[in-house]
Amino acid sequence: MSAVEQGTRQARDAQHDALDSGRLRSLSRRAFLGTGGALVVAFSLLARGQETLGQGTKQEKAEPQNRGEVPKNAPPLPGSLEQDPMLDSWIRIDANGAITVFTGKAELGQGVKTALIQIAAEELIVDPARITLITADTGQTPNEGYTAGSQSMQHSGTAILNAAAQVRGILMSLAAQRFSAPVNVLTVQNGVVQGPAGRTATYASLVAGVDLHVRASAQSPLTDPSSRRVMGTAMHRVDIPGKVTGGESYVQDMRLPGMVHARVVRPPSYGARLQGLDAQFVERMPGVVKIVRDGNFLAVVAEQEYQAISAARALARVSRWQERATLPAPADLHASMQRLPSKDKVILGQTWNTLEGSDVVRATYRRPYQMHGSIGPSCAVALAKDEGVTVWTHSQGVYPLRGAIAELLHLPPDRVRCIHIEGSGCYGHNAADDAGADAALIASKLPGRPVRVQWMREEEHSWEPYGPAMVTRARAALDNGRIAGWEFDVWSNTHSTRPGKAGELGPASLLAKPFPPSAPRPLPQPEGGGDRNAIPLYSIPRAKVTHRFIPEMPLRVSALRALGAYMNVFSIESFIDELAAAARADPVEFRLRHLEDARGIEVIRGAARRFGWSEYARTPGKGRGFAFARYKNLAAYCAIAMEVEVMRESGEIRVGRVAAAVDSGEAVNPDGIRNQIEGGVVQSLSWTMLEEVTWDGRRITSRDWGRYPILRFAHVPASIDVDVIDRPGQPFLGTGEAAQGPAAAAFANAVADATGKRIRQIPFDPPRVRAALLENR
Amino acid sequence: MIRLQVNGQARDVDVDGATPLLYVLRDHLRLNGAKFGCGLGQCGACTVLLDREPVFSCITPVSVVAGRAVRTVEGLGTSDNPGPMQRAFIEEQAAQCGYCIAGMMMRAQGLLEQNPSPSSMQVRQYMSANLCRCGTHMRILRAIDRAGALMRETGTKGKTT
Repeated sequence: MSAVEQGTRQARDAQHDALDSGRLRSLSRRAFLGTGGALVVAFSLLARGQETLGQGTKQEKAEPQNRGEVPKNAPPLPGSLEQDPMLDSWIRIDANGAITVFTGKAELGQGVKTALIQIAAEELIVDPARITLITADTGQTPNEGYTAGSQSMQHSGTAILNAAAQVRGILMSLAAQRFSAPVNVLTVQNGVVQGPAGRTATYASLVAGVDLHVRASAQSPLTDPSSRRVMGTAMHRVDIPGKVTGGESYVQDMRLPGMVHARVVRPPSYGARLQGLDAQFVERMPGVVKIVRDGNFLAVVAEQEYQAISAARALARVSRWQERATLPAPADLHASMQRLPSKDKVILGQTWNTLEGSDVVRATYRRPYQMHGSIGPSCAVALAKDEGVTVWTHSQGVYPLRGAIAELLHLPPDRVRCIHIEGSGCYGHNAADDAGADAALIASKLPGRPVRVQWMREEEHSWEPYGPAMVTRARAALDNGRIAGWEFDVWSNTHSTRPGKAGELGPASLLAKPFPPSAPRPLPQPEGGGDRNAIPLYSIPRAKVTHRFIPEMPLRVSALRALGAYMNVFSIESFIDELAAAARADPVEFRLRHLEDARGIEVIRGAARRFGWSEYARTPGKGRGFAFARYKNLAAYCAIAMEVEVMRESGEIRVGRVAAAVDSGEAVNPDGIRNQIEGGVVQSLSWTMLEEVTWDGRRITSRDWGRYPILRFAHVPASIDVDVIDRPGQPFLGTGEAAQGPAAAAFANAVADATGKRIRQIPFDPPRVRAALLENR
Repeated sequence: MIRLQVNGQARDVDVDGATPLLYVLRDHLRLNGAKFGCGLGQCGACTVLLDREPVFSCITPVSVVAGRAVRTVEGLGTSDNPGPMQRAFIEEQAAQCGYCIAGMMMRAQGLLEQNPSPSSMQVRQYMSANLCRCGTHMRILRAIDRAGALMRETGTKGKTT
């Protein structure tokens, strides 16, 4: 059975369980427990004696009851084991030999399922095909928060690596007892322990009566990194065969017995109020089951999907809204942002004062609001039954969403179960959670019938939380070809308004009794939000960095892939090139001159070599650019070089060769890393070349792909060549957001190299490029 | 009642003729391949072949399809027995989230059936009707090259009916 089918079957089982049982138990962890002979004699949740709906006993943070006996002064456990230390939370081996691995992280298209299976297979020493992986589900898996920040490999990968090694260690000790032989003479082949004199014992035969409901140790009997069999190989993704053959791969593809379809009629603009509605005609339309209205939340439910769409369009025509002008003047966006009150925090160099002198270089960079723009609009299915609700969702955080939906529906959290099913790629906090809330709200009005809600394109484009507009200002002084002083300021809204509370769910603000959103907060360093990667990795003797956090949010914003790192790396790495030019230095050499981090130096040299930086032959109209960053200053290292050609007449830019080098620590799946870097480069080029949310006084006007164009095939690079620097045995470093900042800056630097003009405002669309080329001609 | 030819099979559906083909394929015939992306013919996630031409099924009324051959990604093969286009996408690992991929494959199938050896520039121009947000473009281009080679090798146009 493919992983895709497993996911679908899992959803179906949960559905059947939900429908068949007297109460909505959903698929409980207990359902997985075999009787007699199961390695797992008790799942950690069951230790707390709860088996109601959704097995919703796990709290947002693991509680002491769930942590086993914690030794005094215990060293921290690896990865997410620290939060959920019981081995049976992660791995289960049945008496029939079935191996199930649990992760609280979700497949977002980044290939994490395949990588986690590789890790488990490596340390359990079994064929990867034998492993069933269960992903984010409040009824089954550990709570690992959000699948975000490129942290799945660090958190979940590390937990599964160590849990698998410890489970194998326990099984080998049992085999050693059975064989009366020391452990160190035993070997394992595909789940069979090999002992002296040809004796063997399968894992299945060893599990009888064993309790894996034990706390993990800080130390694990890890296999030797030099003898990897599965990790480090480009194993094919487990989800792709289903996706290329029309399998039920996505929440959009779910069809449950008795399911109805709903569409929400969203207000025409932020803050609009529903004044009147003449819905009688709509109620009589074919297939219409129900019209749901709660304050400004308006939705229609129909038997078939296109009936729901037709009815929602009709409902929109007969609804009257009072709108308000809440949006800033588009032309004045960045200046008006900087006039808003800000909470300023110096995040580096408290003592540094103003830069002075004639050799000071200054620059200001600007970024517009940009959208996630998933190709598949957000979708969820919900079923309300027996005073509880189950939501199938592509949210990045099933546990936080469960808490928010429980609050929204005035239910205790253990009456809500959220199950992750893949959706279209999200690239951060898009409308996935909102769609989950829509479905839950509507399902609560139609108990017993599964309700599927999918957003329309214009809803997704105009109501998703955007990546915030930002301004950065850089100043630096040069001394003898080196950066002697540095000041960097970044103005930004928050980069996370993710749920956890009902007020963060889009529809919650529309209800007759609305839930107010939480006060926006900056995300703290060292990861940061608007100030992510605002501190340069370079060695600079005197540096000061200030995060100017703006609480007021005229447009709805939240986490877009890489958060502030996209803009800060674009700014810093553009500015480094401006400084290199002022110092008459080669940009690559200038970076190396200021860098001490050995792994950073290696990726810079790797990308330069792969591009052929030192042999580059200049041709008219073309230029080359380089950039580097370590994501969050603590995750993957990435350096990118690229060539562009600028069409002087049209202002159009064509990207030629792109060469990248990446160091993600131990590379579990090098092809997966390559895929992430290639994708990051293309997505960042799309943001940087084309993308900008637009509005008039009241309404978002970039409501479709016509008015929010993204990169099409005709304009993607000629080639992207990625060098993965593998470091077996080193910690996993998140890769999914490593390329966005460097790609944007390498592109900007190449444009400057090709034209002699520095563009500091995103997007570099043809009108802006033409205007720049005409300056001071 | 409208009679459709979908992946070589006659299918009768009782549906309003104005309903876009996409919803008939997904909701009446329970085929997952064609996806809703925009409903506006701007993104290509819903692309299917109508006779030999790729069309946006989200804006194609089912009434105009009656009696004509509709092909979806399900008609290219199965996960146990994938056709050349599907094999090429698997071999090149040409997906991230994969939501756009079935539409990509159908447009590419349409191209290769009309022009078995397109130039790289022709492929890029032809595929520009379809959007991918994960940035998997370079792999998709490689997969289309590979699919073309597989089809030329076997002398078939792929397992389509």
